Amino acid sequence: MEQILANGLYLGAQYALIALGLTLIFSLMNVLNFAHGQMYVFSGFVCYTVVVQLGLPFIVGLVVAAVVLAVMGGLIEKFLFRPVIRRSKRDESTMLLAAGIAFFLDALILLLFGEKQRGIPKVVNGVFNWDFRLIMPYDRILICVLAIAIIVSFILFMQYSKAGRAMRALAQDRMAAQLMGVDVDRYSMIGFAMGAMLAGLVGALLVSITGVNLGMGGPTSIKAFLMIMIGGAGVISGAIIGGFILGMMESVGLSVLSSYGDVTYLLIFASLMIFLAIRPQGLMGKPWG
Amino acid sequence: MEARAAWLNELGGVQIGDTTYDIQIVAFDDQKDPKRAIAGMERMAQEGVHYVVGPNVDDGAAAVRPVAEQQGIMYFPYSFPKELFSPPASNAILGMVANYQSGPAIYAYLKENKGVQKVAFVAANESDPLSQRDSGVEAAKALGLEVVSDKVTYQVDTTDFSPVLLPVLQSRPDLLVLSGVSPANAPQLIRSARELGYEGLISTETGQDASVLAEGAGELANGFISVGGASTPELASDTMREFVDRYTKMFGEYNDESNTKVYALEYIIETLKANPAALTDVEEYKKTIDTFEAPNPFMVGDAKLRYVGRSSFGQKRQVSVPLVVTEYKDGAFETLFVAEVD
Repeated sequence: MEQILANGLYLGAQYALIALGLTLIFSLMNVLNFAHGQMYVFSGFVCYTVVVQLGLPFIVGLVVAAVVLAVMGGLIEKFLFRPVIRRSKRDESTMLLAAGIAFFLDALILLLFGEKQRGIPKVVNGVFNWDFRLIMPYDRILICVLAIAIIVSFILFMQYSKAGRAMRALAQDRMAAQLMGVDVDRYSMIGFAMGAMLAGLVGALLVSITGVNLGMGGPTSIKAFLMIMIGGAGVISGAIIGGFILGMMESVGLSVLSSYGDVTYLLIFASLMIFLAIRPQGLMGKPWG
Repeated sequence: MEARAAWLNELGGVQIGDTTYDIQIVAFDDQKDPKRAIAGMERMAQEGVHYVVGPNVDDGAAAVRPVAEQQGIMYFPYSFPKELFSPPASNAILGMVANYQSGPAIYAYLKENKGVQKVAFVAANESDPLSQRDSGVEAAKALGLEVVSDKVTYQVDTTDFSPVLLPVLQSRPDLLVLSGVSPANAPQLIRSARELGYEGLISTETGQDASVLAEGAGELANGFISVGGASTPELASDTMREFVDRYTKMFGEYNDESNTKVYALEYIIETLKANPAALTDVEEYKKTIDTFEAPNPFMVGDAKLRYVGRSSFGQKRQVSVPLVVTEYKDGAFETLFVAEVD
């Protein structure tokens, strides 16, 4: 049981970090960023290039990946989403744009980095082994701690910084925030860049453990959407709770239900459908938006 | 195949009958989608192509069968369902060694040489890996091995395999078989198994990529047993070595499994040379299969190109390539043993 809980906690921390970026973008701009998974993959390949091909330390790869993704996010918001939101009142315009960006990034990743699975050397060697009751490699513990530290830093930033307060105001009421002098364009761009940067951070963190390949983008986006459905779209605490719940469900399901075949995600999807029928706004979301 | 075709064209083409031809490869990416595979096969038929190498997965290979049979196309899938190669089917020729041929050879070797008694299987929840798992389980039981776990599967997009492997390793196998594992998943599965304290053997019946294993699992992948390409340094002729050089120059990075794929083109060309009427009539090709024999340019000695598969399929519908079983060690594959298939 200790092992199952530890696996769930580890999965939950990384999932929560993935969901945070997605929910931040949704809360600020009402945009469902279908390209979130592809951004995660792109960042993994950037980190791989820096660490393996250029031979630089992992921390450099992590920082470069985060910066590249933040710049990419900022540019995508400024030159793609902003004009579309300005010209179109229909929500599906941004959804289609996001889907288009996902396909574009898939093609770009194939062109730049190829189709092969890539990985970087372990950041920390060794395995924590508590009498075979709880086994966890040190690099996973490190990634889990880093993911939790990033989540806490993000919450503190959103709570206490000027930019964080402005973005929360935007998320609550875009018009009211504008009337109070918040530069909507600027903070939307910063928010999108931060969302993309979070995808970049988690992609770079996980490339040292799971590796990265072209096909990971779509499934990652699906899991991120699952998490924000559970927790409530556009709510930061919801994304975190959704991430940990999904991680724990996956860990428990894979261990307890292993003798029944691959039924874990079938049950997760079925449970989610029932849950959404009862509480469509998710655990932390408000029915009115 | 493109590397070999470009090489043959550079040498002046291929003489079939009284005419010398340049080889043109018509490429189509089916993206492992059966619908796209059918569309691809129909496009081949429209373009007058009679010899197709692929598809590479079970679903795709089964889906194109009606088109191939109606349109007079011989195809060389890299997938293993026996019904594609057994009567009444006659248009498909297996382009490599099947898992139900390599699996028993590997298990028998490990039972005899490493004392393996208990085997566990884990597979992705997809048709190819699942069918490979089922035939692997059958082969292991036939050899008298105890199968201690064969129900655990995983999604192909799994990023953390520790929860997947935990119940498998609790069954304490001597050998963990990663049935039909993709090169993308293999390093993570190996790494998770080793990090969870598993010290037994790990094997698969599919081809793997040494550089991907090195990057994804490092030294934890040492000892991993897989099916290699159709060549080893001891088997490779000068032609095979030159093929590897040309392939590397053309595509930047050589994959050991590529030397399996080069055989299909060679078999097609040499069979057409033996019976030029088969250029436009695949029934003529089928007639030539049973008696066909030609020198194998990729192996040293007097090795021959010939069709095999009678014991597995009841007819000759498989190209004869060496079964090379390898063990990964420090970034490269080392030959464990070489066998032949009929």
